[in-house]
Amino acid sequence: MAGLATTFGSGAMTNSISEIRHSDCIFIIGSNTSENHPIIGLEVIEAVKNHGAKLIVADPRGISMTDFADIWLRLKPGTDTALINGLLNIIITEQLADFDFIQSRTEGFDEVRKMVEQYTPETVSRITGIMTEDLRSAARLYATSDKAIILYAMGITQHVGGTGNVIALANLAMATGHIGKEASGVCPLRGQNNVQGACDMGALPNVFPGYQPVDDDKTRDKFEAAWKTELPAAPGLTLVEMMHAAEAGSIRGMYIMGEEPALTDPDSLQVANALKKLDFLVIQNIFLGETGKYADVVLPGASFAEKDGTFTNTERRVQRIRQAIRPVANSRPDWKIITSISRSLGYAMPYSHPCQIMEEAAKLTPIYGGISYERLEQGGLQWPCRNLQDPGTKYLHEESFTRGRGQFTPVRYEPAGEAPDDNYPVNLTTGRNLYHWHGGSISRQSPGLNEICPEGRAEINPEQAAELGCETGDIIELYSPKGKIYARVEVSEKSPPGMVFMPFHFRESPVNQLTSDILDPVAKIPGLKICPVNLRKAKL
Amino acid sequence: MAKIQLTIDGNEVLAEEGSSILEAAREAGIEIPHLCYMDNLPSSGSCRLCVVEVEGIKNLVTSCSTPATANMVVKTATEKVIRARKTVIELLLSDHPFDCMTCEQSGRCELEKYAYELNVTGSRYDGDKHNYSVDASNPFFIRDYNKCILCGRCVTACKQIQHIEAISFINRGFDCKIAAAYDRSLRESNCIFCGQCLAACPTGALVEKSRIGAGRTWELEKTTTICPYCGVGCSIELHTKNDRIVNVTPASGESVNNGRLCVKGKFGWDFVHSPERLETPLIRTGEKGEGKFRTASWEEALELVASRLADIKSDSGPDSLGFLSSAKCTNEENYLFQKFARAVIGTNNIDHCARL
Repeated sequence: MAGLATTFGSGAMTNSISEIRHSDCIFIIGSNTSENHPIIGLEVIEAVKNHGAKLIVADPRGISMTDFADIWLRLKPGTDTALINGLLNIIITEQLADFDFIQSRTEGFDEVRKMVEQYTPETVSRITGIMTEDLRSAARLYATSDKAIILYAMGITQHVGGTGNVIALANLAMATGHIGKEASGVCPLRGQNNVQGACDMGALPNVFPGYQPVDDDKTRDKFEAAWKTELPAAPGLTLVEMMHAAEAGSIRGMYIMGEEPALTDPDSLQVANALKKLDFLVIQNIFLGETGKYADVVLPGASFAEKDGTFTNTERRVQRIRQAIRPVANSRPDWKIITSISRSLGYAMPYSHPCQIMEEAAKLTPIYGGISYERLEQGGLQWPCRNLQDPGTKYLHEESFTRGRGQFTPVRYEPAGEAPDDNYPVNLTTGRNLYHWHGGSISRQSPGLNEICPEGRAEINPEQAAELGCETGDIIELYSPKGKIYARVEVSEKSPPGMVFMPFHFRESPVNQLTSDILDPVAKIPGLKICPVNLRKAKL
Repeated sequence: MAKIQLTIDGNEVLAEEGSSILEAAREAGIEIPHLCYMDNLPSSGSCRLCVVEVEGIKNLVTSCSTPATANMVVKTATEKVIRARKTVIELLLSDHPFDCMTCEQSGRCELEKYAYELNVTGSRYDGDKHNYSVDASNPFFIRDYNKCILCGRCVTACKQIQHIEAISFINRGFDCKIAAAYDRSLRESNCIFCGQCLAACPTGALVEKSRIGAGRTWELEKTTTICPYCGVGCSIELHTKNDRIVNVTPASGESVNNGRLCVKGKFGWDFVHSPERLETPLIRTGEKGEGKFRTASWEEALELVASRLADIKSDSGPDSLGFLSSAKCTNEENYLFQKFARAVIGTNNIDHCARL
């Protein structure tokens, strides 16, 4: 998010899902689309099979999308920035850039042009392991297509250089003018049902709802007037920083709603230690989970089927969720619980239905200004939607970027902070699969999904398997300086030699006990896609 | 698109050039019965139920696969047409179980619907009946080939909508059936359990296990909402009875997913009724991390939370408290939670797992 916010002024997906099939060239990088966003994966296949679109996939793994690709750029893990800069080098050298667009809509191009000079196809080929011819074909295809769209996900952002990767992609889109048009843009695919909404609504340490900075005096005045209280000006701590602070003792109490950090966060053993140290921990969730075990008080929340409200999807579309059944047992909708605690603390939150909360949020959040439950009955609305007449926004940055001119920013390729070495020679990359979701907190509670996909297997290449002397179904030990776990092996050509892929859904093989929480310095996203580990056949 | 004019059942009708007779009629508000045809997909014209009479053509034509042409004169419900349709239904019923009284699809079954509309009460055709055993080998749905009418909609859906091609027709004649490669189980095939075949099936041949015995179709309440899994935001319909979800289907009408779902959206909802759900507030009794709790009333739990938050705030300041909100909760809940952290407690220590 931070990357796109720097270059465009807004961190959200620039285009709509329905535009994908109208694109002439789709460039997927760091997204296992058909497993993590299956319906978007179908739109891509639709584009390729029925609308003549060309597909470029950059991924170390042979994911399903590579089956449909015209060009598969099988890069070495963690070399994305080099790849993207290399594509831009070819585009500039071969005069394929859109200089009109660069001149009229952007700034800072010269610096980027100079910076990418060193990323010659030969250099980039050496770094990424991709043949120069493939680099050239991909660059030409992307640059010369009329409409080209980039789709990316955590495979790009969950690196210590994640923000840089995103900026590099934005540079590429701006240099070719593939932004601000229908079916042309840069699209981060958000992983969770309402991660976009949680960001939009200000569940972030530095901004109020609508990305309005907490350290801006005028903004704070507005919220102080509306909320009738004084508000703190200094940005707060991020999730990983909070865990460090808890460990250090400067955070003494936490209130965790609907999250499972003891499973999904990097270096999860340290998270458990941090939670143990707290003087007071409240967990509000529908399941106890791993995190709940450390709680002093557990509050049972209601699931999506038991309450009214809205979710905002990856394409900025605010959509209604509707109560279908009464809250299970003695559980309560989260919004009701928050209002009760607030009342006990002497601050009235007199809402009787979520629509009143949205009404208040819309008044204070310009990009949600036109959102109302009444309008949402007719279907979802895509923000920015500034007033009740505003039909919403299908794609962003049409006439100008949110920040005015698009900002070219040079980003250099830095080899991953934690590179494999003799002791830990294998790259572990974590992710999701089709049948489960995130920490498994809900999908693991689904008997059917569990029956089809009961465990998280360590996917390794046949070459690696031969070295270890194991085959599919055998149990191996994976260890890093942070810890060790056991998992069954799945021998597959999907993973290249020197790489092991593991889903992070399974508490039985908690892969985040191996990962490090070294953060991207800007977005503060952990580098979960590269983690040097070693493997050995388990002695049973 | 150019428009053409034709006559359907005596009405002058304008239709888009290239549309089928069935589509042209539908545009004019005339619904022609059909079983194998699916909206916006290539039609096979195999079920023969949609036959109509066209002036100047001797035989009846299948309206789903015959293009409408200018000045065509179409009759959709003549005696000849009705007789043909009745025969089609009778032939289908000649090899179909008459267990509608317990069939989960009753009330939504298209074969039942057309048999009723055409007043077909039985079949004049005797002959062999299939006696397949019901395939319950996957956790999500049963496959009862005795109720399959071989319309091929599941095959089309799998291939054209989900691009998977896990199933196809195998064998010929009376032995023809729908199967995965080598007639193996779906779990041994490339099936991804998206349930698109169930959405396409007109009869009770494919039925979600969760529906069995859980309520008649007409007893279920339907609520349109959004899938709780990934960030695509697919529209789903929850079918519920007595505060329990019985089934999930893709919502009808225009949406992000336009009638498609993945395995999580279609079948992953049962976590809602998991026995592991937290049912009441809990207060810790054991060591931290041990997971030992006693149950508490809401009043007691909320009071404890409020007083402990207040104590820590007054002892160590608001920034000694941290708040983690949730990408699973609603916008309204996220808004309230950050308002609570900022306005009620007085800290910006609020985040969620956007980065994970």
